[in-house]
Amino acid sequence: MPPDASAVVTQDLNPFAGIDFSRLERSLRRPRTLMGFLLDTLVTGTTALALFPLFSVVWMLAWRGGKRLSVAALTQLPPSPMEAGGGFGNAIVGSLFMVGVATLLTVPIGILTAVYLARDGGGRLAGAARFAAKVLTGFPSILAGVFAYGAVVLLTGSFSAIAGAIALGILMIPTIILTAEDALRAVPARMLEAAIGMGATPTQATWMVLLPTALPGILTGVMLAVARAAGETAPLIFTALFSNYWLVSHGHVAAMRPTASLAVLIFNFAGMPFDNQIELAWAAALVLVLMVLAANVVGQTLSRRQVTQ
Amino acid sequence: MPDAISRPPSRLQRATDQVFRRLCQATAGLLLALVVFIVLRIATAGAPAMREFGLGFLTGTTWDPNQGRHAILPEIWGTLYTSVLGLLVGTVFGLAAAVFLAEGYLGQAVHRALTALKLELRPGWAQLPDRLEQLLRNLVELLAAIPSVVYGLWGIFVVIPMIRPAAVWLHANLGWVPLFGTSFSGPGVLPAVLVLGIMIMPTITAISRDALISVPPKLRMAAYGLGATRWETIFAVILPTAARGIFGGVVLAFGRALGETMALAMLVGNSNRISVSLFSPANTLAALLANSFPEAGPKQVAILMYAALVLLGITLLVNVIGAAILQRASRQLEGAR
Repeated sequence: MPPDASAVVTQDLNPFAGIDFSRLERSLRRPRTLMGFLLDTLVTGTTALALFPLFSVVWMLAWRGGKRLSVAALTQLPPSPMEAGGGFGNAIVGSLFMVGVATLLTVPIGILTAVYLARDGGGRLAGAARFAAKVLTGFPSILAGVFAYGAVVLLTGSFSAIAGAIALGILMIPTIILTAEDALRAVPARMLEAAIGMGATPTQATWMVLLPTALPGILTGVMLAVARAAGETAPLIFTALFSNYWLVSHGHVAAMRPTASLAVLIFNFAGMPFDNQIELAWAAALVLVLMVLAANVVGQTLSRRQVTQ
Repeated sequence: MPDAISRPPSRLQRATDQVFRRLCQATAGLLLALVVFIVLRIATAGAPAMREFGLGFLTGTTWDPNQGRHAILPEIWGTLYTSVLGLLVGTVFGLAAAVFLAEGYLGQAVHRALTALKLELRPGWAQLPDRLEQLLRNLVELLAAIPSVVYGLWGIFVVIPMIRPAAVWLHANLGWVPLFGTSFSGPGVLPAVLVLGIMIMPTITAISRDALISVPPKLRMAAYGLGATRWETIFAVILPTAARGIFGGVVLAFGRALGETMALAMLVGNSNRISVSLFSPANTLAALLANSFPEAGPKQVAILMYAALVLLGITLLVNVIGAAILQRASRQLEGAR
């Protein structure tokens, strides 16, 4: 449009005069739009592709694991290579036992440390302890096994459930401490101050106000740690090793003997050339994933109950 | 004083208080001692091997227990090579998922779906994008919850058969490229790298998404206001601002990849060689430990402890660097707010 006097007048009346609307249309022929469109497609496609493994794993577990899952598989002892049937009952017991012992060992230490960090967290010892917990978060799980081997297996002279539990405990402790510290810090300060004002000692305030209020958050951390420990294999292969027998026999717990666990059973049987054992490995994987997920879901549900400011 | 609501603590209560506080302090000290003890225990157990093999242990390539020759350069190479490639895979997918979650794609998708179906927006549906985002985040976190031994099993029975045709074709037609230089033999670097990438992806997605979301909204709005397209905004403003946070997450994921054991022990092939080929079997430090420890004699144990110490050193270094970067990133963003 040529800029003459009449045009100026119309422009004043019509705010859209002088604008070429065809230029404002979104068109893929423009490089900027095309680039944006291509990148949008790429990101969406990549995200969808990233979820493919999840569906593939879930499908394989449900199909190959579900096929073999039965009461016999859950209650019988592992089969020898050429044998048919069998199950992984002792591995379930072993996994539960070791994770249970590890939880009993680590929860008191974890919570007491978290109380210390949350209440007098400014000092040098607190800083160092927090740093130690963070270092342990990134600690490769296999090294927990190496340590438990050096500290327990070599000392007692035998692979054992206790060594396995200690290795698992090292991996659980940082999660428990760091989540519990966050949960304790999220308790409103006025609640504590009210307790102190009523004449409670700091310890009474901790036990009667701080810990009960933060309990859901603390339990979330514990359940997340349990979920992680239940799925760990690397710390167990040379601490608890494996066993084809029951952990408890004739009313006696063989805690100082090699012990079976689901994770190690999967590892051992996955490399076998026998179909029966491979099928059992899939069924055990299904059970293991369900156990880990159950622990995770319990943890998540608890965390929703947490009191916040 | 008749039944007062409040009263000062008794002497017993004060004593209990002191004891409990000391107890808490002692457990914190115990934790510190535990970490020191772990490092010392591995170091002292590896000391005999350190004295015998010295630094040659890190640079030699032979692992032959029969001749008493031990060196772990192929394992160090394999650890770094698989971790770097796995990190590449994990970063591409993890970052894409983070951008997808953080940049409003879900809202757009919901809007498009509703217009396509000619539905009106009802009040309750405004939360739909957030719900979907929560669901997607949970799915990604689910990837992190699956135990690594299950990934190993899946890798053996799904990934290896799936990539076999492509790998055979690549070797046959592009065999002159060093990456495809050896024939595909099943377990090897490529399946290990793919599974490793999937395993570390959730870490990268979670940290990157946090970093992207904590970019101050005014920066984004300013870029849009200047007429930038969504991707121009992402590349020129959002990614540079969030770069340090994302990088810290990537370094932490690298630390995880270095220490990852079971999936690699099952998929990498456990072969003592140095090769850049994606199809060649290899070995990593963690897989070496996992496979050799159960049958090790006293002398072998010392050697493996030395290898464990090397792994510990590498992962510790990477983790400390990652944590430091993340800490600086959060400080930098506080400044931008």
